Amino acid sequence: MVMLDIHNLHKSFGGVEALAGVNLHIAQGEIVSVIGPNGAGKTSFFNVVTGFYPPDSGEILFEGESIVGLESSRITEAGIARTFQNVRLFLNMTVLENVMVAQHCRTRAGAFHAILRTPFLRREEAEIRARAEEILSFFGTRLVGYRFDQPALSLSYANRRRLEIARAMASEPKLLLLDEPVAGMNPRETAELTGLIRKLRDERGFTVVIIEHDMRVVRDVSDRVIVLDHGVKIAEGSYDEVSSDEAVIEAYLGRPAEVG
Amino acid sequence: MITIDMRRMLRWGMTAGGVMTFTAAVGMLEAFEDRLLIYPVLSLGYLLLLWFVPVAGYQSSNVAVLEGMEAPPRGLHNVIAGAVTGLVGGVVLALFAIVINAFDLRDVFVPFSLKLVGLLTYGLGVPEGLPYAVLAPAALGLVGGLMHLLPASVRRRVILAVEWVVVVALLEQVFSQILRQIRLEVVADRVFTLKALEWWAALAVAALVAAVAERTRGGFGRMRERLFAGDPRQRTRNSAWMAVLVLVFLIIIPQLLGSLLSEVLANVGLFLLMGLGLNIVVGLAGMLDLGYVAFFAVGAYTVGVLTSPLSPRFTLEWSWWAALPVAILTSALAGLLVGTPVIRMRGDYLAIVTLGFGEIVRILFLSDWLSTTFGGAQGVQNIPGIPLGFTEVSGVGPEGVLYFALFFVLLAAWISWSLQESRIGRAWTALREDETVAAAMGINIVRAKLNAFIVGAILAGFAGALFAAKLGSVFPSSFELLVSIIILVVVIVGGMGNIPGVAVGAVVLIGVLGGPNLPGLLAEFAEFKLLIYGALLVFMMLRKPEGLVPSVRRSRELHADELTQDAWLDKSGTLAEAPGGGRGAG
Repeated sequence: MVMLDIHNLHKSFGGVEALAGVNLHIAQGEIVSVIGPNGAGKTSFFNVVTGFYPPDSGEILFEGESIVGLESSRITEAGIARTFQNVRLFLNMTVLENVMVAQHCRTRAGAFHAILRTPFLRREEAEIRARAEEILSFFGTRLVGYRFDQPALSLSYANRRRLEIARAMASEPKLLLLDEPVAGMNPRETAELTGLIRKLRDERGFTVVIIEHDMRVVRDVSDRVIVLDHGVKIAEGSYDEVSSDEAVIEAYLGRPAEVG
Repeated sequence: MITIDMRRMLRWGMTAGGVMTFTAAVGMLEAFEDRLLIYPVLSLGYLLLLWFVPVAGYQSSNVAVLEGMEAPPRGLHNVIAGAVTGLVGGVVLALFAIVINAFDLRDVFVPFSLKLVGLLTYGLGVPEGLPYAVLAPAALGLVGGLMHLLPASVRRRVILAVEWVVVVALLEQVFSQILRQIRLEVVADRVFTLKALEWWAALAVAALVAAVAERTRGGFGRMRERLFAGDPRQRTRNSAWMAVLVLVFLIIIPQLLGSLLSEVLANVGLFLLMGLGLNIVVGLAGMLDLGYVAFFAVGAYTVGVLTSPLSPRFTLEWSWWAALPVAILTSALAGLLVGTPVIRMRGDYLAIVTLGFGEIVRILFLSDWLSTTFGGAQGVQNIPGIPLGFTEVSGVGPEGVLYFALFFVLLAAWISWSLQESRIGRAWTALREDETVAAAMGINIVRAKLNAFIVGAILAGFAGALFAAKLGSVFPSSFELLVSIIILVVVIVGGMGNIPGVAVGAVVLIGVLGGPNLPGLLAEFAEFKLLIYGALLVFMMLRKPEGLVPSVRRSRELHADELTQDAWLDKSGTLAEAPGGGRGAG
């Protein structure tokens, strides 16, 4: 079943066409990697899908419904969550609060319940907390226990990346967009996170799209690889197919100099 | 190795000279020369003139002692440094005296009178008094330097004792009132002469404070630790007991203070109510609102128009209780109206636009166009008090207003706390941290911001309704921009994002110094209030930007670099082994 269906997506900034007619689809339960050289339009693609800016033209269908022009909070509510290339946590909130706040659109208690401290609110708060703790335990012992009440800014870089994924999971999305999840991690941490990305799909049932530069990660996790360059899709297929594709090699390495 | 740092002495000396010259030049010396603090030796004017000199004398040879390093030896060089610093300051002051003696600058600088020259030279005039003008600061600088020779614990006690003497002398009104109220007029009459402490009483107070400090030896700190450590269950119970104690204290206090001081405290309550509201908007949701007074005005005018028999258009003469829900509704509506157009703006732009809205509201109330409803410059008068069945609460009996304000403050504090500790509060915090990401995490930005605006407006509307009943009349001039700014200063000085912080800010600023057009405990300072506000704000921004009682989150923000350093040390295991352990969060 197609979860995300994108037709002829255009977005330009001034004279630069970040997306120049992208067509692609993501099926439910897939792990898809989006790769491409710097400036290929990968992050712009995420930004347009999550409503950070509207596309100039084109259609984005999520589970059959158009999400073009929706507020990004509505898109999250519909079931798409993301992480950021340059980690953007709520640094002064604690680890637990970061994950709790992301459940905002799945919880209901309003000012009335809050001020009167109704049983409904107490129950919901307890649930929010329990769910946050459960999600953080997905990353083993790294973000649990005494870490719960530490401010996010005291975390190491790798832990910040993990926390960002946890935060995205907490909004209970169907589709998870991860923007360079292993950037800046050492090989051991990379290997560990690669395993976790598979678990995100296998155990948690998320459909995952990742932008990644580390080709080992791309090879290990992807069911399918989509290659962007200059705002258009230049190749698509399994890792092996794509890695031997002429156009892809050219995009990454450049055209061999014409001789003669 | 002892070196005498000449440049440092000069710098502190010049600073001291600058502070003294400034104090004299703005007229503080002259204004407070009559207000004796310690009979018959010290007046408030001279205290303000000279207080900084011993501080500078101490600082000019103060070396920060690093953990694990040997403290530099103390000795004669500290004393000399202090004296030189004071001397430099004295020379600056003497030069100032010579200048105002030689040239008549009174057309431009009104306080530059010959009387000021007389005060600066201790009544002897130029040139006979100049040596004294130089030597008095030098002697005080020397005293500051001498403090280095005392052991740290003694030094702390001396400073504490001096501080208490000044506080008791300054707040003579409060202390003598309390003494009178518990029927110790005899003591009050003996201890205070002409609003000043008798010199022997000052010594007695100092001795008492030092003795108490000696006896307890940080006992209060330990007690606090015991109260708030331990298992959460115990802690909650202790906090509950503390709350009950505070409540009982607050109920008793108007009886002790008499009406004049209750009036001051009632004003504190009003501003605290507004401070709590603004704290939600600025401290939690991070929207800098400079037009906050508008909602206060809307609440006050609504009550005025609905209840007053002299209201220009309607003569409904509702009871205050009937008008209150309407006032809440109208201020919430005003919050919605102002909030909706400005919600897309961030930071400085929001501040400017809300500032404009605040002024628009005041000018509307003042305008001829609406004067048939709101009375223009005359405002609405004869607003009745709050009927309570057996009695009526109005400005005539400030104790009643105080209880009322207290009740509403507790209500407001509960509302802010409970919202803060819910998903709405978390959404506000996220919003303040990073609006874009908050939206991407599923938070409806527009709704969260409007929520904050409306809750803030409602609390200000409450305050306005109470204000109208207390004062008995509302005028546009009560709702000037200055009020918005002062509420903001209350929140900033107290500690943004923290309810106890706002309370402390309100007590210190509104209670002690006084609000706009409202006298505080130090009514003498009315003329210099804004100057002191400004100085305080600058000092806080430089030294304690997180406020007097900071929220954990806020101090994290402002000291993030230190924290990350701690975390790094923690990781490498250095901090864990060091005695005392880590600094912890905040």
